[in-house]
Amino acid sequence: MTDRAPGFSTLAIHAGAAPDAATGARATPIYQTTSFVFDDVDHAASLFGLQAFGNIYTRIGNPTNAVLEERVAALEGGTAALAVASGHAAEFLCFHALLQPGDEFVAARKLYGGSINQFNHSYKSFGWNVIWADPDDVEGFAAAVTPKTKAIFIESIANPGGVIVDIAAISAIAKKHNIPLIVDNTMASPYLLRPFEHGADIVVHSATKFLGGHGNSIGGLIVDGGSFNWVGDDRYPMLSKPRPEYNGMVLGETFGNFAFAIATRVLGLRDLGPALSPFNAFMLLTGIETLPLRMQRHCESTQKVAEHLQKHPAVEWVSYPGLAGDKYEALAKRYTPKGAGAVFTFGLKGGYDAGVKLVSNLKLFSHLANIGDTRSLVIHPASTTHRQLTDEQKIASGAGPQVVRLSIGLEDVEDLIADLDQALA
Amino acid sequence: MMNHDAYPDSLIRDILKSVKRIALVGASANEARPSWIVTKYLLDRGYDVIPVNPGLAGQTILGKTVYAALKDISGPIDMVEIFRNSEAAGPITDEALALDPLPKVIWMQLSVRNDEAAARAEAKGVTVIMNRCPKIEYGRLSGEIGWQGINSRILSAKKPVLAGKGFQKLTIHRPGT
Ligand SMILES: Cc1ncc(COP(=O)(O)O)c(C=O)c1O
Repeated sequence: MTDRAPGFSTLAIHAGAAPDAATGARATPIYQTTSFVFDDVDHAASLFGLQAFGNIYTRIGNPTNAVLEERVAALEGGTAALAVASGHAAEFLCFHALLQPGDEFVAARKLYGGSINQFNHSYKSFGWNVIWADPDDVEGFAAAVTPKTKAIFIESIANPGGVIVDIAAISAIAKKHNIPLIVDNTMASPYLLRPFEHGADIVVHSATKFLGGHGNSIGGLIVDGGSFNWVGDDRYPMLSKPRPEYNGMVLGETFGNFAFAIATRVLGLRDLGPALSPFNAFMLLTGIETLPLRMQRHCESTQKVAEHLQKHPAVEWVSYPGLAGDKYEALAKRYTPKGAGAVFTFGLKGGYDAGVKLVSNLKLFSHLANIGDTRSLVIHPASTTHRQLTDEQKIASGAGPQVVRLSIGLEDVEDLIADLDQALA
Repeated sequence: MMNHDAYPDSLIRDILKSVKRIALVGASANEARPSWIVTKYLLDRGYDVIPVNPGLAGQTILGKTVYAALKDISGPIDMVEIFRNSEAAGPITDEALALDPLPKVIWMQLSVRNDEAAARAEAKGVTVIMNRCPKIEYGRLSGEIGWQGINSRILSAKKPVLAGKGFQKLTIHRPGT
């Protein structure tokens, strides 16, 4: 291979996946093992001391998982990645490497509901305090930063769909305050948008969604952009201070521009333990090989379904940045020129009852709480995920009684439109 | 004039395939320090690494005698690896350029860069690599570094080659590269 930079589809198939060194197996083998024999005692010591590259125990690393890690690092244009058990585990290990008790981070208010829960409630037990900011008001992020702020967290295309966030503008605020910007790129996937190109420092994924793409495996990734200087001062002691766990090693110094990914592995994953099963890594890898093709089709069909619904008499509004005149049209042109993703919301004129009826009448769309599947998915938040909220709270979080969310799959788009039409009739 | 912002993989591979005897200036006896780790890794890969550090002269690191200065080492040196800051890399480069015979390569560690020193070395026909780590480069070119989820930026449909000592060491002597 020359030093020519390979294209995205080539990386989606080849990055990280040379033939197996031991057997020549061409597809990535599933190394379904807990542990790896050491070559000798000295080798074992080198591995435990982080002095050699290699495998010890699947909670810390595994060759199948490593292919997934290098693959996603390459697709995002990062220096390294870490695969973990879920998207939530990825977020958790990220913050674990950055925050001490009493620290704060600023997060966009429009996020996957599970992330909002994680930040609002679970993280409080660790003394990590979230400060919310509105992703449509960039200046709000600047106002929310205090001396205790250690990171900013946003989604690239934000839940519940149809929101494009101005990553470069928020990155400028992060850079001004010398804190890393973490971008959850789950909804876009690196095919549609690569946050590092817009100033992000860390990317996280729920690989459960478009990366895997087949609705069969939970998994998550942390990708290191290699751009942040962790060792300038003492604000990030996991990276800048001698680690007692590793004989006084300073990870930020020893591992240079991939130190963050290493820290999440050797301090986070090793000690907190949310390891990804190698079988899931294999499933996710197989999914990623067709990511470019799938995303093209996802976006093409979503555009058609959104345009169709916009004209439908039972529909009051459609929120999809690919539509002419949408609030996020300009940001979508800039950040996601290949398509605005496959998840969006629309409002039914008939309100709550119409939403319940639609979900019950659909034959091809599956009623469930996931996105990014080959299958088309539907959810009526007001009667499911947001059921416990008051009407005012529902409306504030974009889950009013009339709101329906779709994740458009890879079926024939004519069949999807026909299904929606019969269910809305 | 060499582009010191981006080296072709072929250049790095040729260097790491051809050099045998490496003087490592700024060697450390502390196992948690990057210079110790690189010394160990290169020794494990069959390179003859000679540690240089005036403060540790006469002692041994990983069984190798430490020298006070490059000029104290007898016999030719293929490569001088500089594990000091960018400023100190200047005079060390000049010490390397005073050797007879000259080293083939002067390699400054990751984060170390001194363009004036590089120009002096290149004027004498010495190849200069800056701001790179030979351990990372070896791991990248052999494929080992992928085990840690690091982006090697190398695609290959050729089988990586086991170094022959167990299953957890690969060599840069890969076919088709
Ligand atoms: C944008 C986003 N981030 C994170 C997550 C959490 O990922 P996981 O379910 O894999 O833990 C999800 C899941 O729905 C998501 O949509």
